[in-house]
Amino acid sequence: MAKISKKRESKKSRKPSKVTNKTTPVKPEVSYDDDDAEVVSEGDENITSEEEEDERKHQKLLEAISALGGKKKKKLAERSEAAVQMSEFTVNAEGEGDKIDLSDLIGTLNKTPAVPKKTKKQLQNLQTKNTIESPLSKQESERIQRDVAFQKSAAEVSRWTSIIKQNQRAEQLVFPLKQEPSGRRPVEKVVCGWKAQTPLEQEIFSLLSVNKQPINDPVLTPKEEASMRAMSLEDARIRRAELQKARALQSYYEAKATRERRIKSKKYHKVQNKAKRKEFLKQFDEMVKSNPAAALEELNKMELSRMQERMSLKHQNSSKWAKSKAVMAKYDGEARKAIQQQLEINKDLTEKLAASLNKEEGEEDEDVGDPEVLPDFVNDAETGSDPANPWMRGKLSAEPAEKEASDCEAPSVAMGNTEEEEDEQEVEETEEEALLREFDSRRKLRQSQESDKDPEMCVTDEEEAEEEHEATATDHPDTSDKEEEELSEFKSLLQGITDSQASRAEMPADAEPTQTSAPLEEGLVRIRTLEDIELLGQEEAPTDEAPAETQEPPSTQAPSSAPEKAKRKRKRAIDVKDVLTKEAKVIRVPLDPTVEDAEELDEKDGQRGLIKEAFAADDVISDFLKDKRKQEDAGKPKVVDLTLPGWGEWGGIGLKPSRKKRKKFRVKVAPPPPPRKDQNLPCVIISESRNSSACAHQVSSLPFPFKNPSQFESTIRTPSGRTWNTERTVKKITKPKVVTRLGAIIEPIAREDVMKDLMKNQKQALYYTAGGRGGSHLRFIQYPAAPF
Amino acid sequence: ANSSRPFLSSHQMKVKVLSRNPDDYVRETKLDIQRVPRNYDPALHPFEVPREYTRALNATKLERVFAKPFLASLDGHRDGVNCMAKHTKSLSTLLSGSCDGEVKVWNLTKRECVRTLQAHEGFVRGMVVRFCGNSFFTVGDDKTIKQWKMEAPGYGEEEEPLNTILGKTVFTGLDHHQKEGVFATCGQQVDIWDEQRSSPIRSFTWGVDSFSSVRFNPVETELLASCASDRSIVLYDMRESTPLKKVIMNLRSNTICWNPMEAYYFTCSNEDYNLYTYDMRHLDRPVIVHMDHVSAVLDIDYSPTGKEFVSASFDKTIRIFPRDSGHSREVYHTKRMQHVICIKWSADNKYILSGSDEMNIRMWKANAAEKLGVLSPREREAVNYNQKLKEKFQHHPQIRRISRHRHLPKAIYSQAKELRVMKEARRRKEINVRKHSKPGTVPVVSEKEKHIVTVVK
Repeated sequence: MAKISKKRESKKSRKPSKVTNKTTPVKPEVSYDDDDAEVVSEGDENITSEEEEDERKHQKLLEAISALGGKKKKKLAERSEAAVQMSEFTVNAEGEGDKIDLSDLIGTLNKTPAVPKKTKKQLQNLQTKNTIESPLSKQESERIQRDVAFQKSAAEVSRWTSIIKQNQRAEQLVFPLKQEPSGRRPVEKVVCGWKAQTPLEQEIFSLLSVNKQPINDPVLTPKEEASMRAMSLEDARIRRAELQKARALQSYYEAKATRERRIKSKKYHKVQNKAKRKEFLKQFDEMVKSNPAAALEELNKMELSRMQERMSLKHQNSSKWAKSKAVMAKYDGEARKAIQQQLEINKDLTEKLAASLNKEEGEEDEDVGDPEVLPDFVNDAETGSDPANPWMRGKLSAEPAEKEASDCEAPSVAMGNTEEEEDEQEVEETEEEALLREFDSRRKLRQSQESDKDPEMCVTDEEEAEEEHEATATDHPDTSDKEEEELSEFKSLLQGITDSQASRAEMPADAEPTQTSAPLEEGLVRIRTLEDIELLGQEEAPTDEAPAETQEPPSTQAPSSAPEKAKRKRKRAIDVKDVLTKEAKVIRVPLDPTVEDAEELDEKDGQRGLIKEAFAADDVISDFLKDKRKQEDAGKPKVVDLTLPGWGEWGGIGLKPSRKKRKKFRVKVAPPPPPRKDQNLPCVIISESRNSSACAHQVSSLPFPFKNPSQFESTIRTPSGRTWNTERTVKKITKPKVVTRLGAIIEPIAREDVMKDLMKNQKQALYYTAGGRGGSHLRFIQYPAAPF
Repeated sequence: ANSSRPFLSSHQMKVKVLSRNPDDYVRETKLDIQRVPRNYDPALHPFEVPREYTRALNATKLERVFAKPFLASLDGHRDGVNCMAKHTKSLSTLLSGSCDGEVKVWNLTKRECVRTLQAHEGFVRGMVVRFCGNSFFTVGDDKTIKQWKMEAPGYGEEEEPLNTILGKTVFTGLDHHQKEGVFATCGQQVDIWDEQRSSPIRSFTWGVDSFSSVRFNPVETELLASCASDRSIVLYDMRESTPLKKVIMNLRSNTICWNPMEAYYFTCSNEDYNLYTYDMRHLDRPVIVHMDHVSAVLDIDYSPTGKEFVSASFDKTIRIFPRDSGHSREVYHTKRMQHVICIKWSADNKYILSGSDEMNIRMWKANAAEKLGVLSPREREAVNYNQKLKEKFQHHPQIRRISRHRHLPKAIYSQAKELRVMKEARRRKEINVRKHSKPGTVPVVSEKEKHIVTVVK
């Protein structure tokens, strides 16, 4: 029995370790169904698994060894008393309590000769051979079966992990999953259940059958069907994709061509043409060798194109004769006449040419050139030389403005112009170019000489304007001074405003005198009024009315402002209110929708006076400033005066605590707050206190999936509506997560459909083995974690 | 005053004329929307967040205004509705079995009963439509399985089952295989039947208990799960001779339902007012505990999209839970609806059907505020945009408050409050106990682990 108990102990000790081996540590410990099976017989217990068997053997060995040692100690058999175990055959074991082993008996067998050899052999065989293990208990074997089966199905189910995760992460799922291809169903499917019933129908059908036309099921003839099959959906898709690509390419090239055609730069085209020609020549050389017939054709084509170019009078301005005549024309009247004659002829000729395309003219040599055609600028030069022509004078007077602006650039520009007028193909004519350049520069020189008067006029105009302006400025020297003083005061009032702002405020005042000759009085605000009017920008034309408007206010305000100025002269410190109220009044001017005419002025003045009276108490700006000051003060740390009069010194009426004491007991409560956000914004109050009414609409804590507030804020900040996004973006953003079709049954996801694709995609990624049941299945080493 | 003289070039002045392509502003047909050229410059459209917030708030309010989920009540049964079955091929057909053994076939579009048959004596315990949609099976208290034709018998014909199998014990549940002619019943044991044979091809037992529900996995079609009265959920493989695994919980599970889109998840409705979603590979711990009911949960059905499920409870309410959320997004109840015994989510993901004790079948919308019928494209866009806005601003307190507000019957409301108090008290006590005992002796047990007794291999 000792053996048995030992075994049981060892088994019990092993069990938990085995559990931890096979499954992940589990909180509610996995219990086996064979808890009751622990109390089963010895035979059931001895074999559970291989390792257990090994253990058992080891145990046996140990026992055998211990038995070897123990044997010596065994007492000799004595028959002093009645033994507990008495054999009826009087065969007793050596030790008293020991049993006789079969092996003891067999040992003697070898020695006895009477035993036949056959039996000996059998016995030997028996000794060497292992005995067959007894079958497992039903509970145990079932448990093992269950475990194996569970592992199998768990592995099978785990194939879905990737798909499930993918679906959970998908931005949009469209149900039903297995969409039938949209479009029309073939006719044969629709008419499937229909049969011919009336005699007419039957007759038709018989006719059809006679002519071997398909009747009901395959509406197509076998030939058609084959053709249909040849173009499967897949092929069609590929084909469509190809076509799409081709179309896209075509449109791309078209777009490119139009883009190139639209480029105005002649130089670009010149270069482009040149390159093309070069390439063509290269090809042509090759072609001459390889395919002379085609080359000849090309040659013909070239010839034709040359002829056409010759015929078009486009390139004939630049002939030598024409140019030389052009040069002469400036000095020689005859030459001019000749050119004009030529021009007339040219006109006629071109007309003729347009009417009938003469070949002969096209065949003329290039070098000779067309004497009848003139460059355009010849006309310019000629007419320019005629001072009596008012049209040309106007033009010339306009041109020098340009020329003066770009002195050094002029020749190059001119050259560029001439080049532009030239033919693109005749690049090599450098001599002519040089000539032309010379001519051009000369012409310009002359023009500039002629138009000297005009700029002078301009200058005088300017001078006059300046003088005027100066005069106006000197007219009101006091006012301008006043203005600046006021400004500086205002600046000091808006304390905390930096220099930049000050300069900004000053700038309009400085800028104003240069712009208009309006009185300086409203400097700062005047500009603003103008701008405002422009901003309001209604029907009035601001450029026309601005001066009128600017003239206006001083006349209305002159009486009122004069005494004020006088007052201010006396006292240096300027009353804030006065300044501001005055400004407030001026600001109201631009808000008047229209600018009054001179006749209505009185009426309006009355109205304005009324309004002024009505809102006399309203001083918006100073109120605002006060408000802001108040806010700032409220934010500042308070100084608490803790001095108690009478402590440590005399107290009483008329006695103040000493300064030392007051200094000592003044306590600043809090450290100064961080600088206000509106510190540098004069016209804004930013409240930095928590707003309880807005607070109800704000998120108090960071919601779950977000890691930091900025992340969350960014999701809120990006608008998704159509007001801010294009239609396509909105559609993309607002895509619903789940889309179902109306009236469609949504079937559960099918293994066959999904797994096929999965297999295709992940053949390399996963390694799978042929399973015992129903085809191949994947084996996962570890289960992925649950997605939730 | 200086040189602002306009530059005039007399001979080559180019005059640019405003010319527009009529395609840009003329609509093709009268039915088109007028084209409005838009400037998306953000400077022109300030305050985007406040404006969208207002829109979201309005959308949320409107959603609550339009939330009218109840559609129809189908009455006609003369006893409580005990089970229902969806037609596999027709959306408009519903079958229901009552406690007096009567089966009714309903036309949902007309909202009327099209056929009535006395199927069993005593309860109709389970019902399922064959995958082809031509016949359906019922099991009843009279120990029989009957197969019926879906079509009503012709004039003069008698209403008779196609097949009747007499079993040894009472059957309590029934489910059919997704694609093959195999079905499963449960009672004293779980049996797998071939339609052609009168004896089960396989029966699973594991201890002596009775089962209340058995369901085939719709995806991995060979797997089954069942709920037993010994508080366990057992998994099976049809191809194996033994069950796979079982988990024993604190209280009994009533019904079970597999997720139709995610092969290894199933959810069971439990007597302890909760629902548990399990990963079948890890039974030792549910993935999510769904709480909110205030009485035993009697039935559950997944939406065909697998994103949500609906549960019916003894507390006379129906709740809709997102698959991955611990709390319900919606609760439906009416004054006259008693204990809801069975529930189904229609195959087009639009409707919910509930059968209750007081002999009525009710039809609800799955999304309470959804407009039924065809939506015009603009309507659809608006709906999508509003949905997006609600989603975007869902964490804002006002919006959350409005969107989460539901009216509950007083009984349920107070019960829920009471449960909350109880739970809090228990939690507090546990914390106190932990505080006053040797560290480590009172372990922290998570909510998910609390309800599991053990997993049996």
